[in-house]
Amino acid sequence: MTAESHQEPADEKTKRRSFLTGALAILCGGLATVPPFGAALWSFFDPLRRSSGAATFLPLTDLTNVPADGQPRQFPVIADRVDAWTGFKAEPIGAVYVKRDEGSDRVEALSATCPHAGCFVELDKAAGCFRCPCHNSSFTLDGGIVAPSPSPRSMDSLECEVSKSGAVSVKWQNFYSGTEEKVARK
Amino acid sequence: MTETQSPDTSSEAHVPASTRGLGNWLDSRTGYRALIQSALYERVPGGARWRYVWGSTLVFAFMTQVVTGLVLWASYSASAQTAWESVYFIQYEMTGGWLLRGIHHVMAQAMIVLLALHVMQVVIDGAYRAPREVNFWLGLVLMTLVLGMALTGYLLPWDQKGYWATRVATNLAGLVPLIGPSIQQLVVGGPDYGHHTLTRFFALHAGFLPATLVLFLVLHLSLFRKHGLHAKQPITQPDAMFWPDQVLKDAVAMLAVMAVVLGVILLPALRAILAGEPIVSGHLGAELGAPADPSEPYAAARPEWYFLFLFQFLKVFEGWGATGEFLGAIVVPGATLGVMFLMPILGQWKLGHRFNVLFTIAILAGAGLLTAMAVHEDYYALWADRSAFADVEKVLDSTGGDSEKIAAALGHDKKKIADFENRRHKLESIRRSEAFLSAVKQAGRDADRAVELAGRPEKIPPTGALSLVRSDPLTQGPRLFAQHCASCHAHVDPSVKGVEREFAKGSAANLFEFGGESWVRGLLDPKQVASAAYFGNTAHSEGDMVSFVSEDFADKEVWKQADKEAVVFALVEEAGLLKGTENTKLVKRGRELIADTDRCGSCHPYGENETELGYAPDLNGWGSTEWVVGIITDPTHQRFYPDTNDRMPRFGVASEGGLPALTSEQIELISRWLRGSWYRPAASEKPGAAAGHP
Repeated sequence: MTAESHQEPADEKTKRRSFLTGALAILCGGLATVPPFGAALWSFFDPLRRSSGAATFLPLTDLTNVPADGQPRQFPVIADRVDAWTGFKAEPIGAVYVKRDEGSDRVEALSATCPHAGCFVELDKAAGCFRCPCHNSSFTLDGGIVAPSPSPRSMDSLECEVSKSGAVSVKWQNFYSGTEEKVARK
Repeated sequence: MTETQSPDTSSEAHVPASTRGLGNWLDSRTGYRALIQSALYERVPGGARWRYVWGSTLVFAFMTQVVTGLVLWASYSASAQTAWESVYFIQYEMTGGWLLRGIHHVMAQAMIVLLALHVMQVVIDGAYRAPREVNFWLGLVLMTLVLGMALTGYLLPWDQKGYWATRVATNLAGLVPLIGPSIQQLVVGGPDYGHHTLTRFFALHAGFLPATLVLFLVLHLSLFRKHGLHAKQPITQPDAMFWPDQVLKDAVAMLAVMAVVLGVILLPALRAILAGEPIVSGHLGAELGAPADPSEPYAAARPEWYFLFLFQFLKVFEGWGATGEFLGAIVVPGATLGVMFLMPILGQWKLGHRFNVLFTIAILAGAGLLTAMAVHEDYYALWADRSAFADVEKVLDSTGGDSEKIAAALGHDKKKIADFENRRHKLESIRRSEAFLSAVKQAGRDADRAVELAGRPEKIPPTGALSLVRSDPLTQGPRLFAQHCASCHAHVDPSVKGVEREFAKGSAANLFEFGGESWVRGLLDPKQVASAAYFGNTAHSEGDMVSFVSEDFADKEVWKQADKEAVVFALVEEAGLLKGTENTKLVKRGRELIADTDRCGSCHPYGENETELGYAPDLNGWGSTEWVVGIITDPTHQRFYPDTNDRMPRFGVASEGGLPALTSEQIELISRWLRGSWYRPAASEKPGAAAGHP
């Protein structure tokens, strides 16, 4: 017993010492990994800092190219685009369907991006409707849902402007897909 | 020492039962406790020591490279039009990109140093001896792989520095007999440098080499574990376990390595703070040179410092031709590796071990010496006093370097001639070093400018940053001017002291701030018009313009001061270089005076006047880009000097079947540069800055 009780403090001391050494080792080793991991995470999350900027009206076409016949026509949206380090001049950045109803001056535009999962909605002239080739969402020529549809909402309409000289422009925006509500991406 | 074998079982008492249960569950499925046990409780004979930390720091350095490298990979794009651009984006636009790249870049260098220390420790301690021979060889393979990653990583930014260094390295690989050219072509990805050089180097750097390295590292570590740590003799302390004593030492060493790396990255920031200058985070960490341009000479080309000794070593074989390069770049380094490979066998004998130690020290010392020599040669001009060689320069100038004339100038005194030759060599070294230093400076300016251009709001065109640099008047103008114009025209600020000597050398006008207010004032100044800065050294020195300026224009009866001012501002406005609006009223008056056929208009066609083209230059749009392009293209054109052109070549006109001396793009670049019309970032555009010239 005496021998044991004699040894115990020494044991405790060794234990405490090795605990402290171990803790210090973990601390030092941990600190050493902070800069590389920190820098890696800091840079990795850089994309979250970026936004596509405020939506602007972009020139689309001339009113004469949109006859008042109620038929949607596809037009590319042309704009200067920045992709990370590259600046593109006047490039097609997306597509819209534009139509003008008979006897109307009002021009309506629908984004060609499917609100379900972001595929490119096609115009099915024969069937007289829009159809998404990915999951078969169907929409009327006004963009309304044809039930049953995997799409949670109608096609996204875009604001249109027609100038006095007849230039049609559209407020180009991207929306979150898959939601019932139409929410613009920032 | 058996007590230390059981800490994990005893410590379990402190762990809550639920956690213990989960731990037990996991352990019964994975056996992780035994794994940790075997990883941490390796016996260290003689206890923990600082000399054993190098291997661990290398593993740490490699892991750092993997972590930072993977995230760099997530933003890097390997192609000739996107590599520089994506690295620019990482360095200057991504949050923390400079730090990420800085750590990767500096840690790569730290790894080379740690490698050298590790090898030294292993050789000096004799740790390579039986039964650890194979592990030593594995270590050599690892070393070669690390060097390979350093070499391939250097190219990836596709800047001038990496591009030219890689050209040299791959050309040297081509010197290997028989298979050399094929090796070169395989590595380069074709007969020329481009997209596939980058994709291949990137695949090597981030794929093949690290994957192979991991494989060899696993083997290296498992053999290390199998044979145990080779203890440095004599052992004075009791044995200890790897955990926690040696782990602490390793961790402290890792932290120190990381601190040094961060210190290297952040030191310039500290210096900026002390100097009260703003910190540009993009300038911290790794450098990014100007985009690679095979058509642009790069006299500042040097390999990274840890390969500088090889670069210098090649100079030992100067004059040997390709054989020398083959010896210096392949045979000798190969033989060195070969000797290292044999070390474990040689080390079986005491003498052999001594040889190994001496050899390692000699190699490292040799590399150190060669590096010092290379640095000394390159930076010699920084401490050498060139003015002490003024007499040598004088003799060289007067004799044109002709050895017989030099001998005559020195009175055929052999001792004097030998002394002269000696000092001439030194002077040449200074000149070479000056050329290198100015090339480094130029490279820095080019890099800064490329970054400035890439940062424009329009960003980089899809054709890449090189096209931006090539179409930049500020970058190309001075080069084209030096090549094609400077043999006659000066381009020096006339307000600088002692500049008249520069003008005297030329045979045509000084074009500094051509078309700007001070240039026009000088032209119309009777004291200056016939000086070397204007028409003095040309055939026009006694022409009508000179006599007009020195007689009529100087006559206060004929030309009132206000009218003279008006002419000055009208001409500057014609050149499109008038700053501010306070003088616009004068411009109208000036234009009338210029068009007046009793005044300027008697010789010069301008505005509504009916003076015929051909006698004196057309002043419509005088000094504008279009006008300058016109006169450079063809000074003998009706608008300029059809009959009185004095020696100026028609730069844009080709002789039959040939090409013009300058393309129309090049002429436009010169014109824009002369007129100071180039992109300036908004922040540095200060109102009232001198006519656009920095």
